Order: sequence, then C-alpha cells, then structure tokens
Amino acid sequence: MSDEGFDVIVVGAGLAGTVAAYLLGREGLQVLLIERGNYPGSKNMTGGRIYSHSLEKIMPGFAKEAPIERKITREKVFMMTEKSCIGLDFQSSLLGIPGSDSYSVLRGVFDQWLAEKAEEAGVEIITGICVDDLIIRDGKVCGVIAGTDQIEAQVTILADGVNSLLAQKAGLRQEFRPDHVAVGVKELIELPAELIQERFQCNETEGTACMFAGFPSDGRVGGGFLYTNKKSISLGVVCTLSELTKGQKTVPQLMEDFKAHPAVAPLIKGGRLLEYSGHLVPEGGLSMVPGLIGNGVLVAGDAAGFCVNLGYAVRGMDFAVASGECAARAVIEANKGGDYSESGLQIYRKYLDESFVLQDMKLYCKFPHFLETTPRIFSDYPELLEGIVTDMFVMDGQPSKALLKTMMKHTKKVGLLKIAGDALKGARSV
Amino acid sequence: MSTVDVDAKLSLNKFYVNEEDAHIVLKQNAETESSEFRKLMLACPAGLYKQDDKGRIQFDYAGCLECGTCRILCGNTILEKWEFPQGTFGIEYRWG
Repeated sequence: MSDEGFDVIVVGAGLAGTVAAYLLGREGLQVLLIERGNYPGSKNMTGGRIYSHSLEKIMPGFAKEAPIERKITREKVFMMTEKSCIGLDFQSSLLGIPGSDSYSVLRGVFDQWLAEKAEEAGVEIITGICVDDLIIRDGKVCGVIAGTDQIEAQVTILADGVNSLLAQKAGLRQEFRPDHVAVGVKELIELPAELIQERFQCNETEGTACMFAGFPSDGRVGGGFLYTNKKSISLGVVCTLSELTKGQKTVPQLMEDFKAHPAVAPLIKGGRLLEYSGHLVPEGGLSMVPGLIGNGVLVAGDAAGFCVNLGYAVRGMDFAVASGECAARAVIEANKGGDYSESGLQIYRKYLDESFVLQDMKLYCKFPHFLETTPRIFSDYPELLEGIVTDMFVMDGQPSKALLKTMMKHTKKVGLLKIAGDALKGARSV
Repeated sequence: MSTVDVDAKLSLNKFYVNEEDAHIVLKQNAETESSEFRKLMLACPAGLYKQDDKGRIQFDYAGCLECGTCRILCGNTILEKWEFPQGTFGIEYRWG
C-alpha cells in the first residue's frame, strides 16, 4: 500500500467490482479491492446463469478457463399450479452459439477465479474487511473507513451489492421499497453428473435452465428456477417482498413445497443438500436505479439496481460485468485530466447509456410495474391454462366438446377483455 | 403441505458467528408490533423470526444469510439495528 493512498478503491469483490478493478489494474492504476467476506464470492449467490457476452468482451474465451458449470443449451418455461406443470421446451442449436452462450455458475467458486485475474493484473485485494463508511471531505468522497482504519483514494467505486449501505451514505440512494426487491432462496442439491445428464437429456458439458411461474411463489409475483450444474442442481424460489407479506406461506415453506411438487421432486430425487442460500434481487428496474455518480464516487452492479427479470430470463451478472467495465473506463478517462469530481466522472453515464445496460433498463422499465399490477399472470393464467390442457388431454368417455368451446369456457372465467387488456399491457411493457 | 426444518438446512452452511456483536437487533416494541413481526416471519429465508405457542417472539442472528430482507421490510419499524457482520464473520458460501 503506498503512503499517498490509492488511485482507486473498489468496494465489493463481486462481478462489477472485480471487473472494474481488473480493467483499472491492467491500465496501471493503483487499485485496492476490498471484500468483506473471507474470499471473493463468499457472500455472493446467484440462481443462476451468466450470459457470457459482456465478460467475453473483456476476457475473450473465458469460459474455457473459468470454473463454469454447464453451458445452457436448453430452456424451459413452465406455468405451474398445485397439480400441474405446463411448459415450453426450447432445445436448439441456436442456443449456446459463441457470443450468445450462457453458463450456469456458482459464485463462491467463480468469483475467486475472477479475483485471481484481477490480482494478476496488479490489483491489491484485501478480504475480511467490511467497509463501514466513506471519508467525505468538502462533499467529495476521498476513501473508505473500516473500523479504525482510513484508506484514501482519488476515486471510490461502490460495488457493494444490493444492500449498498455505502451508496446511501454517499447520498446517492434512498432505501429500497419492498415492491422493488425480491428475495431469492436456493438449495444446492448434489447429484452425480451422469444422473443429471440422464434426467435432463444432455451431455457432460451442457445443461438446462428452467423457470416456473405460479405455484412456486404461491400465485404471487415471483417464480421458481432450476439450473443444472456439473454435479449439482440449483433449485430456488424468488418472490417480491411486497407480495410475500400479503400471503400466508413463509419463504422456507415456498421452497419446500416447490421441491415437493410432482414435477420437481423426481428431478432432485436422491440428491443431497449441500448449501442453503438467500439473497435479495433488485427487480424494480429503472425506477429504482439510484444516483450513479457523485463527487469522487461511482456506483455499479447490484448496488446500482442493474438487473432485469423478464420471467423467462433473469439477467444481473452480465449487467454487473458491463457496468463494472463502464465504471473502469470512466475512471481511466477521468484520470487523464485528473478530474474525479462529479462532472469529471459524468462520462460513466454516457458509457452506460451507450451500452446495453441502460438501454435495456430503459426498454424494460415498465415491465416490473406490469407484473406488479397484473397478478393474474401468477394466479389465474396458470389455472386457465391448466383447465384448457386438462380438457384437451383427459379422456373420460363423456362426449367431447369443440376445442374452441372448451377454451372459451376457461377464458370466460378470467374474462376475455381482461386477458386482451393484459396481453396488450404486457406487449407494450417489453 | 410438507413441514420444513430450516434449521437443519442452515446447519449445512458454514457460518462464523460473532458471539460478541449481534449485527441485527430488534427493538423493544417488536413483540407488540405483531403485523410488522409477521412480515419477517413470512419473508426471512432463514426463518430466523419465530413466535412460540404463547405468542412470544424469538430471533437469533446466528443463521443469518445477510440478504437484507428484514432491513427492507422493517428497517424503519421494529429493527433497532441492521449492519453487515464485521469482516470475516457471518455466512460463508462455499458454492453460492
């Protein structure tokens, strides 16, 4: 550690922070990356799957070397009721093409690998240190405070995750609202690789991602997920906080009931629980994105609310990587003029605007509100679909009715106008 | 509905509990603010907020997954304090 302090302090060795630190270290800047866990990734959790495009741009071919689990080449989306599971199964050689490939990952493992890359690029990493506060002088963030220690830097990047207490201390962020965040709970279930390959009909390097709407979140905004890893399955439930508190079931109970569902239980049968994890997901979209730039400070990753959940696809890690990259580029640019003031760092906003990060956040900005105000998606529609397919597939010797008539009978329960309205509202929100 | 033993699941996790310092503390009024406490009973993924048969509330920060759900829901009502555990303490995800 130099006596004059660092050029950059990055708080949080998740994807956003580590990528930012890596790029800045590569540029020859003096970078300190501070992680409160005992190793990078030890506090981090994902569903989950990383869409590779943004990290691929920074570290071409990373998936060959990084501890990824399986390449996702099959996507399944289900509507689930207590008794049924009705799905879309998308298996295609169009999935997994280099450039648009995605991988299941386990962050406790993956983030350590990424941090090693940052270290090789000259970044100093300290772990087991929780940053309590920021040094703020004349309105400028001048470094961090951890216990009795103070460490100074020209600029500080806050990548301290969804509960960014530091972004609040920098005056950039208000408290999140319960309708802006979801809680995710996950069980990592160990199964032999061969059994996973059998159950999911894949080879030893490829795997499946499944999303479930309806029953997992007890008919409220949220859903279930399943990702195949090499020798384990990541199975979990996500539910928006404001919705959870309207219901009767606890989060652990949602998880247990999802596991016991007849469509899920056979997939994990014989598996052994390895780890039980929980995490918040920033799902409020653009409306929850805080101030991103302050005097001597930038916010990136989950701390900035960069995440998009479309129900059939959840993206956070590719946003974290890309926002970390934008933050690093902005600091490199500000460093040229030695101006780390709020105006000197404004270029961060420009880089984010130019990238998919803010473009996608803007595109999908109405979607979280659509989900929240259209509870039918999670309750009435799975049941409607169940009713229709039951009439299609169940033969009980009664004289059959015309398919259109059957469909109309079920759709009338919800109301044709409501369905048309929801479809239009949904289409407009994405 | 099957019953769920969250404690058994949590026992598989690796925790470094800071016995000296609770990073989450409930306010004195938590017992009387039952609608607020109920939110935490429903939403805490580790099931740390409990109520016994006599309605007495129980909370132990030892199995905390540090997700922040209780902070978002009740940070301004029945929580006296919510901080991250001090460095090196708390949950350590081996897989995550």
